[in-house]
Amino acid sequence: MSAAGANGGRVERLFWGVGSAVVVIYALLPVAWIVSLSLKRSADLGDNRFLPRVVSLEHYATVFRDPQFSAALWNSIGIAAISTLAAVLLGAFTAYAVVRLEFPGRRLILAGALAIAMFPPISIVGPLFNTWRTLGLYDTWAGLILPYMTFTLPLAIWTLAAFFREVPWDLDKAARVDGATAFQAFVHVIAPLAAPGVFSAAILVFMFAWNDFLFAASLTSTDQARTVPAAIAFFTGSSRFEQPTGSVAAASVLVTVPVIIVVLLFQRRIVAGLTAGAVKG
Amino acid sequence: MSRRAAAEHRLAWLLCAPAVIAMLVVTAWPMLYAVWLSLFRYDLRFPDQRQFVGLDNYLSVLGSETWWQALFNTLLITVGSVSVELVLGFVFALVMHRALIGRRLVRASLLVPYGIITVVAAMSWRFAFDPTTGFVNALLGLDGAWLAERWSAFFVIIQTEIWKTTPFMALLLLAGLTLVPEDLLRAARVDGANALQRFFRITLPLMRPVIMVALLFRTLDAFRIFDTVFVQTRGAQGTDSVSIVGYNTLIARLNLGLGSAVSVLIFVCVLAIAALYIRGFGIDLSRREDA
Repeated sequence: MSAAGANGGRVERLFWGVGSAVVVIYALLPVAWIVSLSLKRSADLGDNRFLPRVVSLEHYATVFRDPQFSAALWNSIGIAAISTLAAVLLGAFTAYAVVRLEFPGRRLILAGALAIAMFPPISIVGPLFNTWRTLGLYDTWAGLILPYMTFTLPLAIWTLAAFFREVPWDLDKAARVDGATAFQAFVHVIAPLAAPGVFSAAILVFMFAWNDFLFAASLTSTDQARTVPAAIAFFTGSSRFEQPTGSVAAASVLVTVPVIIVVLLFQRRIVAGLTAGAVKG
Repeated sequence: MSRRAAAEHRLAWLLCAPAVIAMLVVTAWPMLYAVWLSLFRYDLRFPDQRQFVGLDNYLSVLGSETWWQALFNTLLITVGSVSVELVLGFVFALVMHRALIGRRLVRASLLVPYGIITVVAAMSWRFAFDPTTGFVNALLGLDGAWLAERWSAFFVIIQTEIWKTTPFMALLLLAGLTLVPEDLLRAARVDGANALQRFFRITLPLMRPVIMVALLFRTLDAFRIFDTVFVQTRGAQGTDSVSIVGYNTLIARLNLGLGSAVSVLIFVCVLAIAALYIRGFGIDLSRREDA
């Protein structure tokens, strides 16, 4: 029995071990590929090999010399950061009210947020395009921040509400009985307990804004507000006859690596945030 | 109502007001505006010819082959990617759940596709399948121009979607797996149930609510597909998705009237899909609000 059990355990371990390896390779393959492509010399781009014959940084040099890319990078970072700040702030107010206060319309707000989460962005792109042109918001940061903030509010509200339900709010009362002021109780007791949830929500919101292409493609037209996904998708290269494959690959790697680092550093928080709204309850 | 309760209501509404107003102004109002625009002949290249035409725009969209082909394409991509994702997501979730060594490594690598910009993922796969730059043909000993033909282009598009979004499915399912009591599985094993029986008779039924929510979200998300198709084919070779048709009509051709009709029809499709899941498969979303 014990031998059979140990044997079965070993087979099982091997099975799941091989499974793990397959999953890891599958997940990382396209990333390894684009990195490898970005390091090939221009002449080798068409050699159909997975790995570069000679490692060259020429495409990175091209990308850094291109003012389009640095403008897009700056736009992306600024727009995503401001959208995140706004969505998490408004989302936290709402989530707090929904979790902590009794009022008519609680369910309506959660249901409405859920409905917006399912909303197809293409349905409002036309009206926004027309209105933004009239209001002077077309091709500006604000013109993208507004839709990003709104489309991520449901995500922020649901994730934050799920986390806020777990916060022992009564600790606040205990701290105040012990002589802390309301402000001290909030800063020293409640804020540290709520912070991880807020942080999870912020990462998810940031990733939405960082990733969006439809709004960026529809509501911007120049370096003034064009973000990275749109810049990469519309990148044409220096001449009409030259395929910009190498530059696109290098730019892709440059905007992917920081995100991967963030994702790996905060993987617990991201997984917690992703599953909080959908699984609990 | 006591004064205290009234004060609480006021505070609650004050806290919710900014978010609610933002959601109304930036989604509900543009949606109504889209319905309004869809009733006009309104082409931004000829703004003077704006004219009320009733339901004519809907009639021309519903009478066009482009719309029905795009709808078919979108449904094909949606069903193709979501069904594979469900199976693959389950496999990945089980691997993460059961693997003793390297569980963290698996989870970390699965977050990579999730974190990557969709446009970048689509570019990477486009270059991979490209006959000039790619390695796929060399690897498989083929010489196909994958994105230049309709069905192989669909394969590449669906494949990209699967790669990008299976991690989301897997992580949700993993969270669901941890809700299945180990004791129950152990007891079933003692009673002689094999691995497949345990999975289909215990794990799957217990996870039904999580599975349905994950499917609903992924289906609606897949139906909106835009980025991948835009980057890989721009809708050429008959691979238009409905969002691509909407974008082309609204932004590329500046036909706001016709484009808005497309937008409204897409919204109706999304409502229909949500209704199908919620009524047809009995997902109770409201239950989760009081958790």
